[in-house]
Amino acid sequence: MIDAADQIFVIAKRLLLSLLMWAPDWVVQVVSSLMNVAAVLGVFLVLFALISVFERKILGRIQNRYGPNRVGPFGLLQPVADGIKMLIKEDIVPRGADKAVHFLAPVAMVAPAILALGVIPYGRNMTAFSIDAGILFFFAVGSATELAVFMAGWSSNNKYSMLGAMRAIAQMVSYELPLIITVLPVVMIAGSLSPDQIVAAQNGYLFGLVPKWFVLTPWGAVAFILFFTASLVESNRTPFDLPEGESELVAGHMTEYSGFKYATFFMAEYFGMFAVSGLAVTLFLGGWHAPAAFLQFIPSWIWFFLKLSVLLFTFIWIRGTLPRVRIDQVMKLAWTFMLPMAFSCLLAAAAWHYISSAALGWFSSLLIVGIAYAGLSKILEARKHLSVRTYQFAE
Amino acid sequence: MIGAGIIKGMAVTARNFIGSYFEADRLTTVQYPEERDEIAENYRSFPFLLFDGADPEAGLRCVSCKICEKECPPQCIFIIQERDEKGKPIKRPKVFDIDISVCMSCQICVEVCPFDSIKMDKCFELSGPERFNALLLHKADLEKSNEYYHQIRPIEATAVDEALAAAAAKKKAKAA
Repeated sequence: MIDAADQIFVIAKRLLLSLLMWAPDWVVQVVSSLMNVAAVLGVFLVLFALISVFERKILGRIQNRYGPNRVGPFGLLQPVADGIKMLIKEDIVPRGADKAVHFLAPVAMVAPAILALGVIPYGRNMTAFSIDAGILFFFAVGSATELAVFMAGWSSNNKYSMLGAMRAIAQMVSYELPLIITVLPVVMIAGSLSPDQIVAAQNGYLFGLVPKWFVLTPWGAVAFILFFTASLVESNRTPFDLPEGESELVAGHMTEYSGFKYATFFMAEYFGMFAVSGLAVTLFLGGWHAPAAFLQFIPSWIWFFLKLSVLLFTFIWIRGTLPRVRIDQVMKLAWTFMLPMAFSCLLAAAAWHYISSAALGWFSSLLIVGIAYAGLSKILEARKHLSVRTYQFAE
Repeated sequence: MIGAGIIKGMAVTARNFIGSYFEADRLTTVQYPEERDEIAENYRSFPFLLFDGADPEAGLRCVSCKICEKECPPQCIFIIQERDEKGKPIKRPKVFDIDISVCMSCQICVEVCPFDSIKMDKCFELSGPERFNALLLHKADLEKSNEYYHQIRPIEATAVDEALAAAAAKKKAKAA
């Protein structure tokens, strides 16, 4: 019974495929893949619609407002109204735009985000495309969004678009490095690039209560925070949303887009957020494993989406808290703090793995990240030259 | 330590987020069509005509003296006096129109009226389907009872009633 609830989607898919008994093998293969694609798209489109309204509601609550509550019960039909509005808006292409590239950019933006969603295990036996080098594939397609952003910025023939795209490229390329280096310790410990294997490596509980998730190790916790910060930058979310900083760049690379193409950019941004949060769940938060042994009766896919929603809430929470940073501050953070910390995680993971005594390994890895953090804090804070500002003309 | 300020800030927003569900006074938004704030005693929108008793025609205080029409700075008041069959003027307006698209709510008509017959209303939901006739209020739209006046401005209405009663008593004493 518990197993059936856990595997309900897998069983349903197998039942549907058994209707194709008469068909040749390749037809079954294609239909099976298409069903996976449809499931991933369907689930994440619904999640996109939900998060677009819940984000506004949560931001509202953070600012002591109600948020949207007019369309439908509790405002839940707001995305339907937004979707209709976006669809019937005029699609404007500037006269000076490179029309083909301008058209292709939103497509090139959303496609890698959807591809990246494919390799994440959503539950036991629920990976849409189970490939051995899934993590590698994720980052390979993930970095293609940079090209799409630049396509959008360049083809719009608009200075704001261009500046936004250049900022996006700068920060996304810079943060690709800490993002990938923070994944390395996990790959090192799990000994595999396959997301399924990494989830399997986090199975089991200490005393039946404390899960063996990588986030609960010293190196894993630091790597998780760094990964999360880098993923904020990669998905262009506040406080790193300066590619589209509306106060100075109108809407960055999306300035010259309207109607459904604009909505597609938003969809790509959210899909990228889902993908990178899903990967964070897979790598650090134990994937679809339950947080305690006695909670294993709840289906694995529920656990995955619960963890995913916690991360998405944190994305929104950060957006409601932090102001946008300057481009030089973003760059400085990447190269002077994120990168050395990421390398210290690598070292700490090595210590954790190779020191045979578990307690000693735990302690020494904590020591390595602790020293790195304290040292970097001291150095970076000493270089800050804060003084009382003197106003020349205000008197 | 790097990041300490971020945690402090996140705690502030978390407090606001959770507090908004439990502390009713945090959410200051008044959800207008369903909820309404009480309007202040001295709020004013556009003028209306007062009548005493139940019948608006018989009890109308306006005597068609046209002072308000003459004083009105944007000239939004239009009055025609009633006349009997012989053409003799009667102390009653036949037509009393206020164009609220022109009215600037200055209250000068209220201040100059010697009969306390024109007062400022509080009704602000006056949007109409078009710009001209829907915003031209006629006598029938403007006539409102003294009870209504008491309802919207209890303090001012009581003062006006007392002053009118005192004036009537003085007149009676003089006549006697």
